[in-house]
Amino acid sequence: MSKEIQRTKLEIAKSPEGLEGPGFFATKLEDVIGLARANSLWPLPFATSCCGIEFMATMASHYDLARFGMERLSFSPRQADLLMVMGTIAKKMGPTLRQVYEQMAEPRWVLSMGACASSGGIFDTYSVLQGIDRIIPVDVYIPGCPPRPEQVIEGILKIQELAKNESLRRRNAPEYKRLMNSYGME
Amino acid sequence: MNEELLNKVNQKLHEHFHGSVEKAELLYDYPVFTVNKEKIHNILKFLKEDEELNFHFLTDLTGMQTEDEKHLGAIYHLHNMQKNYRIRVKTFFPMSNPEIPTATDLWSAANWMERETYDFYGIKYIGHPNLKRILNVDEMDIFPMRKEYPLEDQTREDKSDKLFGR
Amino acid sequence: MSKKANKNTVSSADTTPVADTMEKEYSTLNLGPTHPATHGIFQNVLKMDGEIIHDAVSTIGYIHRAFEKLAERRPYAQITTLTDRMNYCSSPINNMGWHMTVEKLIKAEMPKRAEYMRVIIMELSRISDHIICNTIIGQDTGATTGFLYLFQWREKIYDIFEDICGARLTTNIGRIGGFDRDFPAKTWDKIRAFVKEYPKALTEFSNLLERNKIFMDRTIKCGPISAERALAYSFAGPNLRAAGVDYDVRVMNPYSSYQDFDFVVPVGTAGDTYDRFMVRQEEMWQSLRIIEQALKNMPDGATHANIPDFFLPPKEEVYNNMEALIYHFKIVMGEMDVPKGEVYHCVEGGNGELGFYLISDGGRTPFRLHFRRPCFIYYQAYPEMIKGGMLSDAILTMSSMNVIAGELDA
Repeated sequence: MSKEIQRTKLEIAKSPEGLEGPGFFATKLEDVIGLARANSLWPLPFATSCCGIEFMATMASHYDLARFGMERLSFSPRQADLLMVMGTIAKKMGPTLRQVYEQMAEPRWVLSMGACASSGGIFDTYSVLQGIDRIIPVDVYIPGCPPRPEQVIEGILKIQELAKNESLRRRNAPEYKRLMNSYGME
Repeated sequence: MNEELLNKVNQKLHEHFHGSVEKAELLYDYPVFTVNKEKIHNILKFLKEDEELNFHFLTDLTGMQTEDEKHLGAIYHLHNMQKNYRIRVKTFFPMSNPEIPTATDLWSAANWMERETYDFYGIKYIGHPNLKRILNVDEMDIFPMRKEYPLEDQTREDKSDKLFGR
Repeated sequence: MSKKANKNTVSSADTTPVADTMEKEYSTLNLGPTHPATHGIFQNVLKMDGEIIHDAVSTIGYIHRAFEKLAERRPYAQITTLTDRMNYCSSPINNMGWHMTVEKLIKAEMPKRAEYMRVIIMELSRISDHIICNTIIGQDTGATTGFLYLFQWREKIYDIFEDICGARLTTNIGRIGGFDRDFPAKTWDKIRAFVKEYPKALTEFSNLLERNKIFMDRTIKCGPISAERALAYSFAGPNLRAAGVDYDVRVMNPYSSYQDFDFVVPVGTAGDTYDRFMVRQEEMWQSLRIIEQALKNMPDGATHANIPDFFLPPKEEVYNNMEALIYHFKIVMGEMDVPKGEVYHCVEGGNGELGFYLISDGGRTPFRLHFRRPCFIYYQAYPEMIKGGMLSDAILTMSSMNVIAGELDA
């Protein structure tokens, strides 16, 4: 990087590694796309129970989730990037969750918030699905019952890291296809 | 006050349905009547429509299984708001023939409460407009609240019973 | 749409609109389990004639977690964590209701101070529940401002709960027999500050919505129910009071010293969404009044009942005293001796009469525990309430009924 150019003191987003010159900045396409994706994720809040109320508190002004780029909540899976499953998923709800996940377009990430979504939580019963990773692949798990808003934000930051560092070829790679096949998809 | 209520209701029930009341007692300030299954619908109708008793509000309707695991019970909690009367009416019947007339024609609230009791215990309410499962999946063929069925999902493989002290 | 007009010729003298002569065809709309406007997961299949709803079929059970069967497995003190998760917007009320049920069973004498502290906690959680309901009604009509402004105040209530029990939402607050210790001094200050400052925020919210013409036009006559039908459907709580029946468990069967407090029970007339909204608004004011009275008249004394069989002894005694050690061991392992019997106790939850029917066979876990859940019982009336109205009114009716999925399915 050239040292003669006067850099501005204001840094909105950390720029990726690249070659800088007068009027141009050369970097990898992956890094730029990762940066754009990470800071503008459109979440789908799949709120079922108590964790949904904590999510509402995270979206409200005290713990504002919108400052991380999640201003626009999408309730339609076709327009969402991040599926946030918050709350207990019963066996009756399983097929619906699966359908919602299948309707999302690549690249998509799944965040499992709360103990019930991660592993069934305190409800070790006949009617509760013991963790959503039995039916859909999950990227980040947030434990807690319910997790504090700070923990939710940390989970979201981890998703942002995943989105930022993801290779452009990942979704077409054979490992990913194998993962999808293990869930019976594609 | 609850002693008076117990005696009043007991007396009226004996007048109109002699022989149907098996037990009448005061449990923790609640008058509780255990009645015979044959006349349960008429008894409930009488309790609702009698001018003095007027139990117009069905607080709760639920079911249970007795300790010997051979009988099921239907339990009704009734309430008269103007005079603040609260009673409980119970009736038991064998598990081999769990049929009982519905209370939906008396109180519309009984609709879903009876469906829930059917879902949990298998008590069939004769005359119910839509008796099918409400909380569990429709394909379930057991009645999960009965003591013979386990709480946990038997197909799970990751929660070892040894670690959980079972 | 293939329809034939009954009349083959339409003359200029014929003033019947063409639509009346066509056969009606209904469309089916699935307001599915995942929908942004349904607060909680339940499904409604609507039969619609254009925009007007002709009929509806509700399906619930998408979050059935088998509370009643779980309760048969847990010792009495551990069931409190289950009751938290029923009406999770106001969990302390559920917890207190359960503790009072067990205290009724074991015939425990509660000291006045513990009862007053319970009243403060219950009224704070009632305010918290009504904030959610009313701001969501506002949001469903398009007014998101109320939601954002008032949720700040819910954070303050969460602060208070966190000081007392360590958790924000699913509180597990108190013990069977009262509270384990008195509230810290800074919590008393926070409660007093809340009571002093919340009226300003509530007035701001009221000015925004209560006499707002758009809001009134939207919510008046939306999803009405008459008092007779409400009683037949065993409604309770703000929904019943909006229909005109003044039934409040705190007044009719007072528990936890509610008879010492002076408050008004607001009652509506038409049973529509506007009345439900206004009843909840007024209840928040009355809850503030109750908390003020409790703070002013707070008696001194013990914060828990004298029931060594159920109440953990202080840690200093556990380390020094043999009896206390034995009690501690028995309570933590769940080997508490409960008398055999059955009891029904109800409290005024955020949605109405929340009842606990407990049958005990003398063992360490209940023999049968049934929750009388108000949401489950009054949600049956939903198809009747929305019939004849429009789809947007159906959404608003659902949010004004404050249906909480955890309580619906248990």
